[in-house]
Amino acid sequence: MNAAVQNESPYNFAFLDEGSKREIRRKTLKAVAIPGYQVPFASREMPIGRGWGTGGLQLTLSVIGKTDTVKVIDQGSDDSVNAVSIRRLIQDTSGIDTTEDTAEATVIQSRHRIPEEKLDRRQILILQVPQPEPLRKVERSERVTKRMHAEMDYSPMWLTLYESVVRYDAITIGADYPVMVEDRYMMNPTPIPRWDNPKLHRADHLTLFGAGREKKIYAVPPHTKVESLQFEDYRFEKESFAGLECRHCGSTDTYLDEVTDERGRTFHQCSDTAFCLKRAEGKEGGQ
Amino acid sequence: MNGNGNELELLPVDAGFRETPLLRVDRLVKRFGKGCAYCRETANLIGGEEDPESTLPKNRCPVCGSVIACSGISFDLYPGEILGVVGESGSGKSTMVRSLYFDDEVTSGSMTISDYKEGKANLFEASAQQKRYIRNHLMGMVYQNPHMGLRMNYSSSGNIAEKLFAAGSFHVGNIRGRAGELLDRVEIPLNRMDEPPRNFSGGMQQRVQISKALANRPPLLLLDEVTTGLDLSVQARVLDLIRGIQQDLGVSMIVVSHDLGVIRMLSDRTMVLKEGRVVETGLTDQIL
Repeated sequence: MNAAVQNESPYNFAFLDEGSKREIRRKTLKAVAIPGYQVPFASREMPIGRGWGTGGLQLTLSVIGKTDTVKVIDQGSDDSVNAVSIRRLIQDTSGIDTTEDTAEATVIQSRHRIPEEKLDRRQILILQVPQPEPLRKVERSERVTKRMHAEMDYSPMWLTLYESVVRYDAITIGADYPVMVEDRYMMNPTPIPRWDNPKLHRADHLTLFGAGREKKIYAVPPHTKVESLQFEDYRFEKESFAGLECRHCGSTDTYLDEVTDERGRTFHQCSDTAFCLKRAEGKEGGQ
Repeated sequence: MNGNGNELELLPVDAGFRETPLLRVDRLVKRFGKGCAYCRETANLIGGEEDPESTLPKNRCPVCGSVIACSGISFDLYPGEILGVVGESGSGKSTMVRSLYFDDEVTSGSMTISDYKEGKANLFEASAQQKRYIRNHLMGMVYQNPHMGLRMNYSSSGNIAEKLFAAGSFHVGNIRGRAGELLDRVEIPLNRMDEPPRNFSGGMQQRVQISKALANRPPLLLLDEVTTGLDLSVQARVLDLIRGIQQDLGVSMIVVSHDLGVIRMLSDRTMVLKEGRVVETGLTDQIL
C-alpha cells in the first residue's frame, strides 16, 4: 500500500494485490520444487486478454521487486506490439526499469523464444505458455493426462514421434517439441523453436512457465536435466541454417527468421533483435 | 457343487496338470452399484454357499439394487493351458476378464501370477504403476471390439510399438523388426504394416490386436469374444491362428465366448458361469 501511495498510482505495486502475489509465488515455489510438474493456480483477470501472455505477466508481476530490470520480448523481438504493451504495463504499474539488453535484465518475459545470449544465475526467464500440457495432442481429458503423468505413461507421445518417423523418416515436430525433465515429467517447453530446447538443459538460470488461460505454472530450476525426446536411431536435431547468415550482423550461429521484401527477395535475419543489434555494433561476444 | 449330482463336478480342478499355477484367482467379486450392508454381508450374494431355498435373484441385491456381476469366482490357470469361459449373456464372463486385466476395479478377491513376486502379491491391490507393468509385460488382452484395443488412426506397427515403448524400447529399427515379426505371425502382409487398422477388415483388426497383445511376450493372453461378429471362414482362420500361437509360444490363455464351438476347439479346460458364479468346471471333453 505504501508503494501505491508513493507512486501516486491507483494500483498496488506491480498491479496485483499482495494476496494474489503470495499465492502465485507459493505455486511458483512448488513448481520449482517439482521440476516439470504443472502446478494449478488461480489465474487472475488481467488488463490484457487471456491468451496474450497473462500467465507470463502474472509470474513477472509477482516475482519482480523494485530493484529488478525487466525485458519483454515477443518471438525474439523487443519492438512487437505485444511486447511493447506488456513492458509498458509493467513499467506503469511498478515504476521499475526496463531494458532491451538481455545481459542487463534480471527478469525476462518472453513469448516463443529464449534469448541468444547465455543467461546467468541472477536472471529469471519467464515464458508465456499457450498450452502447458504436452500430452494434450494425444489425450483430450485432463483427468487422464494427470494420471499419465503420475504413472509416467508416455507411450502415446512416443507413438506420435514414431508415426512421424514412419511417414517422413524424421521427427517432424517444429516448435513445442516435448522434453523430459530430470527423467521424470514430460514437459512442453512452449512453442520455442527446437533451436532453443538445448538451452534449457543444465542452464544457470531459473525458467518459469506461466499459462494464464490454462491456469498452470511450471518451472525448470537451474542446472536441471532437460532432454528432448529422441529415439536411439532417430536423434533430436536443431534447425539447420547452414550456408545462411543474418543480413544485419552476419551471424551464422543464431536462430534466423526468413523475411521477404516487397520485391519478393528472401533474406535471413536474427530472430533475437537485441542480440543482433549488439553484435552489429560489436558490443558482445555472443554465446 | 451345484447340487445336481453331476459327477464331472468331482474332478479335481487341476486334473492332468502338476505344475504350479501361472494364475490363481480367489473369490473374485465385482459389484456394480454402491452396495449396502445387506449385499456386502449376505454370503448368498457374494459367492458363499448357496441357499437352495432362497428365492432372491442371485446376482442382484434386493435392497440397494447393486448387480454382483462376479460373485466369488475362483480358479487356477496352468502354464500353457487354455481355459475356456462360457456362459449365457450377462453371466459375468466379460466382467471377469476385464477385472483380470484391471479395466474394471474389483470389489474384493485376490489374483496372483507366479511370474510376479513369486506369486505372493495380490495383484488387485497393486499400485497403478505395478498394474501398468503387469498389463504391459505379463498379460495381453484381445477385446471383442477392436476399437477398444487398437488406436485406429495410428499405423498397425505403431499400435505394436506403443506396447514396446511401455517396455522401454526406443530404437525404431528394432521396434519395426519386432512389429514386422508379430504381424507376419498373424498373417498381415508386411507391406501393410504402416496402414492404420481402420483400413482393415474385422478379421484383420482382430489379428492386429492379437499381435499387439503378444508384443512383450506375455505368459498370459486374455481373449474376450474374439470371433464374435466375424463370418465363419474368418472365425476359423482366427481360431487356427490362436491355436498355432499357443502351440508355438506356449502362452496360457483365458478364452471367453458364448460360442461352444469356439470353446470346444480351443480350450483344454472349461469353466461355466451363470449369474456371476462358477456352476461347472472341468476338462472340456467332459463338460461339452
